[in-house]
Amino acid sequence: MSDSFTASDLLQTTINFLAVGGLYALIALGYTLVYGILRFINFAHSDIVAWGGWIALTVATGAGWLASGASPAFALPLVLLVTMALCAAMGVTIERLAYRPLRKAPRLNVLITAIGVSLFLQNVGLLNKVFGNRPSTISALLANDVLATVGGVHIRLYDMLTIMLTIVLVVFLERIVYGTRMGRAMRAVAFDERTASLMGINVNVVVSVTFALGSALAAAGGILFALRNDLRMTADSSWVLLGLKAFVAAVVGGIGNVRGAAAGALLIAFVEVFVHRYVNAAFPDKPWVGQLQDIYVFGILILVLLFKPSGLLGKATVEKV
Amino acid sequence: MKALQDRVDRLRPSLGITVGKSLAPFVVAILLAFVMDKVIGPAVGATWAKILLDVGIAILLAGSLNIVNGYAGQFSIGHAGFMLVGAYAAAWLTFYGSVHWFGTKETVGGFLGNGQLLFLGGCMLGGVIASVFGLVVGLPTLRLRGDYLAIVTLGFGEIVRVLGQITDRQPKNVKAIKELSMSDLANNLGGAEGFSQVPGYTTLFFVYFFAFVLLVLAYRLKYSSKGRALLAVRENEIAAEAMGIDTTRAKVVAFVFAAFFAGIGGSLYAHQVGAIDPKELGFMKSIDLVIIVVIGGMGSITGVVLGAAILVVLPEVFRQFADYRMIAYALALIVVMIMRPQGIMGVKELWETSWWRRQSKALLAKLGKGAS
Repeated sequence: MSDSFTASDLLQTTINFLAVGGLYALIALGYTLVYGILRFINFAHSDIVAWGGWIALTVATGAGWLASGASPAFALPLVLLVTMALCAAMGVTIERLAYRPLRKAPRLNVLITAIGVSLFLQNVGLLNKVFGNRPSTISALLANDVLATVGGVHIRLYDMLTIMLTIVLVVFLERIVYGTRMGRAMRAVAFDERTASLMGINVNVVVSVTFALGSALAAAGGILFALRNDLRMTADSSWVLLGLKAFVAAVVGGIGNVRGAAAGALLIAFVEVFVHRYVNAAFPDKPWVGQLQDIYVFGILILVLLFKPSGLLGKATVEKV
Repeated sequence: MKALQDRVDRLRPSLGITVGKSLAPFVVAILLAFVMDKVIGPAVGATWAKILLDVGIAILLAGSLNIVNGYAGQFSIGHAGFMLVGAYAAAWLTFYGSVHWFGTKETVGGFLGNGQLLFLGGCMLGGVIASVFGLVVGLPTLRLRGDYLAIVTLGFGEIVRVLGQITDRQPKNVKAIKELSMSDLANNLGGAEGFSQVPGYTTLFFVYFFAFVLLVLAYRLKYSSKGRALLAVRENEIAAEAMGIDTTRAKVVAFVFAAFFAGIGGSLYAHQVGAIDPKELGFMKSIDLVIIVVIGGMGSITGVVLGAAILVVLPEVFRQFADYRMIAYALALIVVMIMRPQGIMGVKELWETSWWRRQSKALLAKLGKGAS
């Protein structure tokens, strides 16, 4: 029990927490962007994440970079860019075909449609001609290098990459949303779609761009998740839990809010990694404590929603008749 | 005033008629369920009898969800959580109870014999415990609106699933079970491996009895002042509140009611499948139920029955297309939502549609001609 509370253990847990938080943030941003503009929960988002991981595998295999030692330094950035572009195109297509006809329909319909899209992607992904139904491995794409060793803790390339990439992408997204004309249009549409379109904003273009951005981030999240845990999960409903947790992060932070999604992701990762680690260490003789991870996450969700229904950084809205 | 009182008394039906009228549908329910079990079940063969069972359970579950999602317009995506609670409670009673009181893990007795009575008790226990959960979840959360409520119910469903997964191992040997008392066994629900060897008590009789009872209650609720209060909450919560409806109370009552029947549905499900796998009764199961309600038509009782029948039977019929079946299902879901967003029946019941009126008028005309 004593070795669980050392400084090196704290450092290791912190690194894990930041890496997991970054992963959740990338996925949560997609949920929050779409919800902010269209006000619906895009249940198909977790499948874009799954497809991101598997498309990356397909691209890397196709280029022959997965054979041992054959992976050049530019392989990962290239795979990342190609996959993000493909997933962005996929997100835009899905929105165009499935969600746009329902723009004026009740939100429950859009939600069911999103579930339909999700089921579609899951089952297409499982086809042998697409990704197949066997787990695979992609870890050869990133050398398992240890960058430095601090106090007995290995600081691995993967963790640093995840943290750096997340920071870069979140800052990039923040610049787009708060610093460009398109970002201003996005915020205007999120605030009031009708008025925004009267002001000359092309709502369809804004929605497409939103889906492209969200899906590209989801693809990045999918690749990082695949590199971390390997592609043990086939592209089916086993990814839903990951999506749900990222979604919880978006809600806890205040859905529709870019900074909130990042904050919520950190909180969820904190609960999942830190609290889990130390509660576990405190009860070494009770094995069931080790399975409470998901309960912490969904418990935080319920607590936050009960006391601050619009999320930590969300604005409360007053409903009128 | 005396005269008025007399007139009111004369209008009021006698006690016998009132009780008879209120109980008649349930007698019919028992008869219909009996016919289902003894006539239709054997007539259609084993495969279709199994499909009929699935349809009945789906009607029960989606019909109960319809009261929350359809009538009250509260979007709940954690209904499988209540199923799971009910399934555990009932399986605990029938599996361990059977060993304790009958000395065997197998089914005991014939129609309405000891075993089936224990099973009925299990269904009731499952329903009651699920409705207690419904109350505990509903009271604090039903103040939330729209998507936020949906998310909390989702969280609840996932928490119940994880709680099920961390329960203790299930002792399977008769001697080991007898050494523990019933209350000691309350935490031995099988954990992540699931609760297995649940005795297979579920028959068409029980499934359709509960399904008919639910349908009768749902029908009566819909055309009562309580049901209209729920519909008002669905249409506009703030306006309903301004009309003097205690909206939170109405929603909580609907939620508890739905949870009760979901618990029963879960018990029936567990005793049909013969096992409880907490992963099976998770988020995706809740979503399946929501899909039935939305495809059938939110708030329409006949719509939900149709939706349940279609969504259970179609995948069975297309089983041979294995890989492509689910893809077609997903595409159909999207297409239906785009082409017919209100579902098959919309908010109407079957007898409220113009098609039904035309048919019944034609039938009456034909009968009239035949008589004259």
